[in-house]
Amino acid sequence: MTRQVRRLAQVVLALFGLLFVNLNLITIVDAGEYADHPSNRRVIVREYAIERGPIVVDEVAIAASVPTEGEFRYLRTYTDGPLYGHLTGYYSHVLGRSGLEAAVNDDLTGRPSEVIAQNLESLLGQSDRPGDAVLLTVSGPTQEAARRALAGREGAVVVLDVRTGGVVASYAEPSMDPGPLSSHSRDTIDAAWNALLDDPSRPLVDRATRELYPPGSTFKLVIAAAALERGIEPETEFPDERVYDVPLTSADIGNFGGGLCAGGEVIDLAAAFRVSCNTVFARLGVELGEDVVRDQAERFGFNATIPYELAVVPSVFPDDLDEPSLAQSAIGQRDVRTTAMQMALVAASIADGGELVRPHVVEQVRDPDGRLVRGPVTSRWTGQAPRGRAVSERTARLLRTMMIDAVVSGTGRRAAIDGVVVGGKTGTAQTGGGSDVAWFVGFADDRYAIAVVVPDVVGDDATGGRVAAPIAREVLLAALGR
Amino acid sequence: MSAPAEARRAPDVRSARAREASLLVGAVALPIAGLALLGWSVSPDLSPTVTATAVSLAVIATVAHLAVRAAAPDADPVLLPLALFLNGFGLVLVRRVDLAAGSSLAAAQTGWTTLSVGALILTLLFVRRAGELGRLPYSMGLATIVLLLAPLVPGLTAGVINGARLWIDVGGMRFQPGELAKITMVLFLAGYLERNRSLLSIATQRIGPLLVPAPRNLAPVLLAAGAALAILAGLRDLGSALLFFMTFIAMLYVATGRLAYPALGIVLFGAGASVVHAAFGHVQARVAIWLDPWTDVSGAGYQIAQSLFALATGGLTGTGLGLGRPQDVPFVATDAIFVVAGEELGLLGATALLVAYLLLVIRGLRIAMTARDEFGTLVAAGLAFTLAVQTFVIVGGLTRIVPLTGVTLPFVSYGGSSLLANHVIIALLLRISDESRGAARGRDMDAPSWLARRAARSGLGGPEDATR
Repeated sequence: MTRQVRRLAQVVLALFGLLFVNLNLITIVDAGEYADHPSNRRVIVREYAIERGPIVVDEVAIAASVPTEGEFRYLRTYTDGPLYGHLTGYYSHVLGRSGLEAAVNDDLTGRPSEVIAQNLESLLGQSDRPGDAVLLTVSGPTQEAARRALAGREGAVVVLDVRTGGVVASYAEPSMDPGPLSSHSRDTIDAAWNALLDDPSRPLVDRATRELYPPGSTFKLVIAAAALERGIEPETEFPDERVYDVPLTSADIGNFGGGLCAGGEVIDLAAAFRVSCNTVFARLGVELGEDVVRDQAERFGFNATIPYELAVVPSVFPDDLDEPSLAQSAIGQRDVRTTAMQMALVAASIADGGELVRPHVVEQVRDPDGRLVRGPVTSRWTGQAPRGRAVSERTARLLRTMMIDAVVSGTGRRAAIDGVVVGGKTGTAQTGGGSDVAWFVGFADDRYAIAVVVPDVVGDDATGGRVAAPIAREVLLAALGR
Repeated sequence: MSAPAEARRAPDVRSARAREASLLVGAVALPIAGLALLGWSVSPDLSPTVTATAVSLAVIATVAHLAVRAAAPDADPVLLPLALFLNGFGLVLVRRVDLAAGSSLAAAQTGWTTLSVGALILTLLFVRRAGELGRLPYSMGLATIVLLLAPLVPGLTAGVINGARLWIDVGGMRFQPGELAKITMVLFLAGYLERNRSLLSIATQRIGPLLVPAPRNLAPVLLAAGAALAILAGLRDLGSALLFFMTFIAMLYVATGRLAYPALGIVLFGAGASVVHAAFGHVQARVAIWLDPWTDVSGAGYQIAQSLFALATGGLTGTGLGLGRPQDVPFVATDAIFVVAGEELGLLGATALLVAYLLLVIRGLRIAMTARDEFGTLVAAGLAFTLAVQTFVIVGGLTRIVPLTGVTLPFVSYGGSSLLANHVIIALLLRISDESRGAARGRDMDAPSWLARRAARSGLGGPEDATR
């Protein structure tokens, strides 16, 4: 029987060997994954004992860690939580982290999460070091102007610095207050979270980056860009029709208000753009063909993930369109969907000579002594454009002029500002649900690009020109410092 | 015995027990240090609880050592220190949980430790020769069934706790007779197998490459094992069912040397597992979260997820005693106590704990190999293997090697019944070891023990007197 017992011992050794190896896998190899798991509260609780760095706008901390008594040594407090809520996100020992609190967590804690998780910091003698400060590109007055201008209506405003790609404002209604979610009290957190979940207006969804809307006539920017890239000029003439007879269908496309766009004979591209002529652009879309249109859309960033610290839902220009669908898509209806961020990017690239800039909201990271850890990053985003350009310089210049015209004497009149060169494109997309989506996409002084979207507008006054353009004006004024 | 022989014997007794004594010092010092650290993590003053527990441990260890010296002088010197080390370690971890949860389980556990070591001593005193236990295999088999069924008896039961009916109420204390059933089952199997070894080894048929004995000879064991498994399945204690089954197969293999038994065992296990899986919803749930705890991470998969998080947080060196978060893990004082070691003492601490178990088991198997008779071999092998499997099942369950089942970590988990049973196991191993090493040393195994002689001198009489 001795032999058998020996065999038994080998089995036992094998079983324990399995236990050892697996333990190694869990505690060493996969430890980082477990540390970062959103449901793992342990790292967060330990993180809470670190003095978390502030998130700063215009040299004022909008999110800061305040020392407290109790199990969690610091409390994350937000000055004007709802104003920046979608940007900062929350920092909750129950819910985890969201927004920038998640995206730049390693900076805010001053060390990578694995170090915290495995308690190596005490080995490395770093326990009491506060986290780094994260300075944002956001301008407080501009952000506030966006909130004021939206006046509680559902919608979003995104303002980009044309040259750097910095996000000067990104505000969406409904907004959410991260304060209660970051509380120490479980009850407070649960109550606030449930209230947010139960709210039918879905305040947790950032309309600036996480909600897709049909762009309506603002998509004509893409069509016009595609046309200009292919040799069509602003003076090129098109038939001025009341209705564009869409091939293969009886659902023809008419103009807003049901009339002609011009005198009734012909209309050039620039004029069609200025008055937002549906029939011309529907025809143009079909004549250019879906591949050309899609290619241009993708060069602006459609069907791609925009590189940004926070997640942006990719805008969609669909595949496999038949001519009726293409005609509808050309005027930003049907299945074309976009975010406010994407359209701001389109405006920024046109104002910047055709190059796509990389949007970012983190300006700088500074350590507790004020030294620069990571500096301003301005870079281009090649997206899916082969030469890194959405459009050629010439096209950008021509399109820019058309956009300025649209504001001076076209549908975008209500965005005009004295003494400032403002260009833009309005849009009013029908959703088929009884309400429309109002848009304004534009730029000011070649410095700031803006996209304003206000969904759920009803009535004859509910157009991009009447609803969205004035909002853009107010926000641009703030951005320009007036 | 003549004086020169005694003089010859004396050094050997001293060396085994001397080793044990010195090992005990370390085995008790480490947990005391752990308790002290825990105490300091709460307050810089010396806590009375720490002092009390430390003193208790030291006293228990001393008394146990003296008892072993008297009743099993030649026994393996490493078993008791390892057992008390694990026990003490368990006290540290349970105290840690207490500090987090505001409970006072450690005090109860210390009480149980005293009782359990008392049971160890009593076992040593009353089981003079291991072979005696082998004379009553059928009684042992019956006792197993009785112990397993006891929680179903209306007057005795403590009701349904955590979804299972495994407890009885003994004078206000809750006890799990199933823990003792593990031991009686091993004793039953060992007794039966020793008698019928040859019958069970002789192959009468061939199934493929395996030589298979006649089924008729297996009938009693199959019946008993089958009954035990059925009861456990009915009681929803599938962890224990697994333990019983694997020990059964292992002992059959040790007794007969026929690989047919393990092979058949694997097949039967597969079949049984499928049936059980199909029949029981809670089994399906357990398997589901074993395969994927992440889908329902805050519901069904919570215990496994939190265990993994705790272990990962510990990393290599752990968070440090008192700096982890045991309160986030369900059943942390009982089934999941291992992750407290993993989180706070790290991979190093957890590995040290596993090594202690491994040493204990290997030592037990060594005792099996050198046992004086076949019964001793079978008992030692069975008991040691049970400890090994139990440790594997719970640690493996917490780390997702196997589905999680509700078995305790021997000596360490909070739980008096388990502690008591495990100390009785140690006592039996000590007894078997004492017999084989004593015989090897030339001790007269039939001579009355020191205790019996003392008893005889004082006129009390004892078991030894009856045989003289």
